[in-house]
Amino acid sequence: MEELVFYLCAAVAIVAALTVIVQRSAVYSALALIACFCSVAILFFQLGAEFIAAIQVIVYAGAIMVLFLFVVMLIDPESDAFASNRLKKLTITAVPLAAILGLLLLWAVPAVGPNGSDSSHAATGGIEPLARSLFSDYLLPFEVTSILILVAVLGAMVLAKRTD
Amino acid sequence: MVSTTHFLVLGAILFTIGTVGVIIRRNVIIMFMCVELMLNAVNLTFLAFARHFNQIDAQIFVFFVMTVAAAEAAVGLALIVQLARRTNSVDIDQADTMKW
Repeated sequence: MEELVFYLCAAVAIVAALTVIVQRSAVYSALALIACFCSVAILFFQLGAEFIAAIQVIVYAGAIMVLFLFVVMLIDPESDAFASNRLKKLTITAVPLAAILGLLLLWAVPAVGPNGSDSSHAATGGIEPLARSLFSDYLLPFEVTSILILVAVLGAMVLAKRTD
Repeated sequence: MVSTTHFLVLGAILFTIGTVGVIIRRNVIIMFMCVELMLNAVNLTFLAFARHFNQIDAQIFVFFVMTVAAAEAAVGLALIVQLARRTNSVDIDQADTMKW
């Protein structure tokens, strides 16, 4: 059953990711990316990271992708989805590069070895150990993150402001 | 239980697809989406290792990656809006001047 869920979600994620990069319309790309994020969220759940899965759906598939869709609809990128004359040349470069990268990544995978801890979900399950660690060991990074978000909000406001 | 290797292979595939997208697409918005896809593939790898080594720290790291990605999306999209306003296009090849 678990394998079935994994293969189903993995297939949906890969097909959706491919749709993102081949789709001409940016709106369809954004929708495919939402599908990809949601199926990856199910995989996060399967890995015992329930809180991260919820954050993935709320922040990524919710907030960030809605922001993307707003921008896509605001500036209407349908006019030049593909620069077709350069596309062929770029694809010729991209395919070998991607093949090398993919092979390198896949080559690194067997180095992991067999599953170390079959006593799953001992330390990873639930929100409590996460919160305990976040607000004790990682308190300073957490606070720095809040400053980062403040700076990002100010930066976005300044950048998006109409200057003329 | 699905093995860690399965998740790592999926993460590698998604990361590669994201890289290909950044290389072959010229639309700034879609290139940006591909960057988000790559971040997500890395998050999947992190969580696979979190389960593999039974450590909570990787989940914390994923939490921070997501926060930074949200901030990055806000600033990046503001830049894209400004770029589209000035060049009237979202083609990255049009953005080749240092000064307008």
